[in-house]
Amino acid sequence: MTESTIVADRRAEPRQTPDRRTHVRDLFVEFRGVNKAYGTKQVLRGADLKVYRGEVLVILGGSGSGKSVTLRHMLGLEAPDTGRVIVEDEDITDHPEEELYRVRKKFGMLFQSGALFDSMTVFENIAFPLREHAEMSEEEIGRAVREKLGLVNLPNSEQLMPVDLSGGMRKRVGLARSIVLDPKMILYDEPTTGLDPITAHKINELIIDLQSKLNVTSVVVTHDIQSAFSVGDRIAFLNEGVFEWVGTMEEARNADHPVLREFLKASAVTAAQPTH
Amino acid sequence: MTSILQSDTAPKPATPTLLERGNSLLDRVRRKADEGLLYLGGLSDLAVQTVQQFIRGPIDRAIVIAQFDQIGVRSLSIVAITSLFIGMVLALQTAYSLSDFGGSLFIGKVVSLSLIRELAPVLMALMVGGRVGAGIAAELGTMKVTEQIDALRALATNPVRKLVVPRVLATTIMMPLLTTLACFIGILGGLIIAVGSLHLSSNFYIRSVIETVKYNDLASGIGKTFFFGFAIGLIACHNGLSTTGGADGVGRSTTATVVTASITVLIMDFFLTKLFLFLF
Repeated sequence: MTESTIVADRRAEPRQTPDRRTHVRDLFVEFRGVNKAYGTKQVLRGADLKVYRGEVLVILGGSGSGKSVTLRHMLGLEAPDTGRVIVEDEDITDHPEEELYRVRKKFGMLFQSGALFDSMTVFENIAFPLREHAEMSEEEIGRAVREKLGLVNLPNSEQLMPVDLSGGMRKRVGLARSIVLDPKMILYDEPTTGLDPITAHKINELIIDLQSKLNVTSVVVTHDIQSAFSVGDRIAFLNEGVFEWVGTMEEARNADHPVLREFLKASAVTAAQPTH
Repeated sequence: MTSILQSDTAPKPATPTLLERGNSLLDRVRRKADEGLLYLGGLSDLAVQTVQQFIRGPIDRAIVIAQFDQIGVRSLSIVAITSLFIGMVLALQTAYSLSDFGGSLFIGKVVSLSLIRELAPVLMALMVGGRVGAGIAAELGTMKVTEQIDALRALATNPVRKLVVPRVLATTIMMPLLTTLACFIGILGGLIIAVGSLHLSSNFYIRSVIETVKYNDLASGIGKTFFFGFAIGLIACHNGLSTTGGADGVGRSTTATVVTASITVLIMDFFLTKLFLFLF
């Protein structure tokens, strides 16, 4: 059995990547030779990556391969030791924190744990970015919050506290918060990790749904192959701090990169294991 | 003595020479000094950012009021109990130690001066600093390890403006108010002992207090507490925001905050006392 049959794309109709649709590859984010070390641990080693407008790029890689660090560099939460990070033709590498706030408004980020502010209700969490950055009345804020909660399928949960939410609900609230300012790009850090398969499937569907409704660019960091093939247009395979393979989902199934093949095979075998 | 697991033929580890031991000690001292300087640098940087953000604003009034409540109002019981008993003990000790010189007549003077100039500011800073500092470090430390601080930054919000400024503002303003209250309650504690145990008239005690305490005593005693409050808030926020390593890290930050804040208060007290003696 090959990976292509085991790792089936769960969407009925595979979407076309934007470049195929428009024949124009409009760059949104670019990494040029990014190096990053924490103490003696070298995490990114000259990473090169291009994210095109309108696509869903999946960053795949094992634990500790530098996937989340890559996302943090896109937002400017981390600065590279060497190399450049370009966002919409703007080199943000040396931007001071205050200037990065302007750049970050282009992004929405779903953190691995949801990162909800635990002293605030669900409503206050989602309203937070609006109260900080949008000049809206409380009535308008209320409407926007309810609309985003509807988008993530969590109506009537406004007054709940984060501690009352399940893992999947926390991620959905985190997602609602990250899209409330209508960002151009959404970054997902391990959106399905720690969730049961049904909830993980719902989150994948939500990502696809938001992609079509909001017309955004998305980067999904994951080591979950099923999730990657469900939501992605392209895969960037990160191994030991370098993007060793980048291509479409179809190309990934037939890739001759040994580590990627091993990765897909191991994940497919795991997925195919009978459950007891 | 060789270990029982070590064969006789195994090469014995070389004993470090005196020079090597000296070098290793020097390295450790250098590393500690580096860490200390980095910590001081981080604190200074945060202090500058805090003042900048405070000036630049806007500061969320609701958060500041919540911090006043958390740091000030909720510390009232600990302040009241501590200062009442300090005042009573001070009165008893004064009467006992100065009994040969008619010590009970000086109780009002000694209790009020010791409390206002030294005991109330320092002890309140240690007590409230322990309670409030630990609370702030634990709260911000938890936010740090659960990515809430990153989420704030990702949402284009400055964590110093949102979290540090209200807390440092609250500790800086609340510490003098709590200390003033502690002085009143401590003097009241002295009065209870003076009247109840030593059979002095309350009039005599109160007059003695009023005649003794001058404006420079108040300026020196209460003036110090602004600096204590600022330092406690800043250290707690810095330690909280630099927390790493999950729940264990939060525990370490909390402990470090109580220790660092206490030592800082005691060291600052010496220099501020010198300064205020010079000024007034």
